[in-house]
Amino acid sequence: MEPLLEVKNITKRFGGLTAVDNMDMKIFPGEVVGLLGDNGAGKSTLIKVISGVYHANRGKIFFAGKETRIDNPMHALKIGIETIYQDLALAENLNVYSNIFLGREKLKRFLGLIKILDHDYMLSESRKVLDQLEIEVPSLKKQIRTLSGGQRQAVAISRSIYWDAKLLIMDEPTAALGVVEQKNVLNLIRTLSSQDIPVLIISHQLHDVFSVASRLLIMRRGKKIAERMTKETTTDEIVGLIVGSIPGDYHDVNTDTAKGSDVNRRHFASKSGKNHRPKQNQG
Amino acid sequence: MMDKADFREILVILVKRWILIFLAIELVFFAIFGTNYLSLRNLQNILLTSTVVLLLATGQTYVIITGGIDLSVGFMVGFSGVICAKVMVTLQAAGISQSVAVSSGIAAALVLGLLPGLINGLLVAKLRVPPFIATFGMYGIAYGFAEIISNNVPIHNLPTLVSSIGHGYLIYWLPEKAFTFFKIPENITRLELQNLVPIVPNVTIIAFIFIAIFAFILAKTRFGQHTYAIGGSVDAAERSGINVKRHLIKVYMISSFFASLAGVCYVLMFITGRAPAGSARLLDAVVAVVIGGASLYGGTGSIGGTIIGVLLIGVLQIGLVNLGVPTYNLYIAVGCILILAVLIDQFLPKLVHGKD
Repeated sequence: MEPLLEVKNITKRFGGLTAVDNMDMKIFPGEVVGLLGDNGAGKSTLIKVISGVYHANRGKIFFAGKETRIDNPMHALKIGIETIYQDLALAENLNVYSNIFLGREKLKRFLGLIKILDHDYMLSESRKVLDQLEIEVPSLKKQIRTLSGGQRQAVAISRSIYWDAKLLIMDEPTAALGVVEQKNVLNLIRTLSSQDIPVLIISHQLHDVFSVASRLLIMRRGKKIAERMTKETTTDEIVGLIVGSIPGDYHDVNTDTAKGSDVNRRHFASKSGKNHRPKQNQG
Repeated sequence: MMDKADFREILVILVKRWILIFLAIELVFFAIFGTNYLSLRNLQNILLTSTVVLLLATGQTYVIITGGIDLSVGFMVGFSGVICAKVMVTLQAAGISQSVAVSSGIAAALVLGLLPGLINGLLVAKLRVPPFIATFGMYGIAYGFAEIISNNVPIHNLPTLVSSIGHGYLIYWLPEKAFTFFKIPENITRLELQNLVPIVPNVTIIAFIFIAIFAFILAKTRFGQHTYAIGGSVDAAERSGINVKRHLIKVYMISSFFASLAGVCYVLMFITGRAPAGSARLLDAVVAVVIGGASLYGGTGSIGGTIIGVLLIGVLQIGLVNLGVPTYNLYIAVGCILILAVLIDQFLPKLVHGKD
């Protein structure tokens, strides 16, 4: 199968700092990929390159088989790469369907000459996409500020899907949610992948990533250091790879810096309740 | 029996509509204690007196919805009024026909009046100067220029056409005898002139045409929707592809357009151009927008609410005059209403969600 997105040798520098270093990644239709790494590992920079916020210094991006230059975020949206950041970018004072259509409002002619908002159309189209994703929201005419965190997340996802997202990138989708809400969002991600829309998810909640992603990419200091199928790995191994107590597969990364960094390990503690201590002496 | 929850629900509904209730109480109060308060003449007088505030507040509504504020409009009235009057007087002195002089004066005021809005918008949107500071600076600048243009004295001796427009009415009705548009019926006696009923001042018509257009734009169009979106979240608006900077510049230009129109209306009504004209109306305009349901944090508000807010102040002002109470009391009343409005705005959510 051909990958929907392929990035090759992507490097992004900020002055003397190499945030993303010669990174390769492939994402296939319908799969959920977890992008993992410590703070500062380069995950966010990488997704910002893919979503057009930053321009890579080097490397190529192929989307749907064609080499693509992503000039800016609007361009990324246009070709179907939708990124949902933690803050969701919803206007809290507008209702659900107005947010789904924000910036791309459907208009109709009033008295044959003036263009006005077509609320009926936007309402019914929004209802369709929410139904398709099996999302329940009390009313599409309710302001975003009256919705819960999970419902907001669902609205942001619906907006992407309505506008024909071919690839969805989600930054910490479950971070600010309650337990039930986290489950709902994860179910929504599964629904998307069952509809053949791949999702790239960045999260520190290893438990969530494990429950939804089929493949995991681990970054450390700007490099991809390992790639694992979720079924074939454990949270312990992943935590070890993230903090550097387990050496990576691709690059010769100096693991010294990670020794004794308990803070990091605790940060990545899995929620499964099992022993999550990385094996210090492995390798 | 009514239980506590029902009571609370009714209370919420009442508090949400408090400005309408307040307006009704005012009208009833002045109808009882005033003289001829609800007469056609007096009601039209309320509208006329409120014209400048109505126009300022309409533009201000747009700005406040985006989360900004435009303080420059206080002296923009004088600025555009002085330009309007100066052009008219100069052209008239040069022997140019009245209609050309008057229309040139109005056009000059409206066009030059866009400039401060453009600068405000550029400062706020492009250079990220806080709206309060940028427009406060412009407030002083506009006043200074107005004084320079008018040489520190009010501009008088405007073309007579100005007063026939500014003091004119849409309809003149002489019961059982005549009914004319824009002109006093011909061949009427002095006595009949006293019984003539003028209906709807020209200035009110001019104001409401523009207010209606911009109320429509705000409520029904994409431009209006984006104005609300920017007030809700600049980030969300930007990432939805809205050109936030350009939009903000347009919004500040709308505000200064309305302030210029208010300046023109001032000249039409008072047949003079004065630099400090309308500066005291700035407070009224901001108060009207806030009591009309807009939040100073942005994202909410409507022209309809603003109009009710303006009327609330106008009814009070004329009412105090009617009762013979000195008008400086109005400032105290308006200040109190503003604080009340903000308090209600803050405590309403608690009331709605049932927290005591």
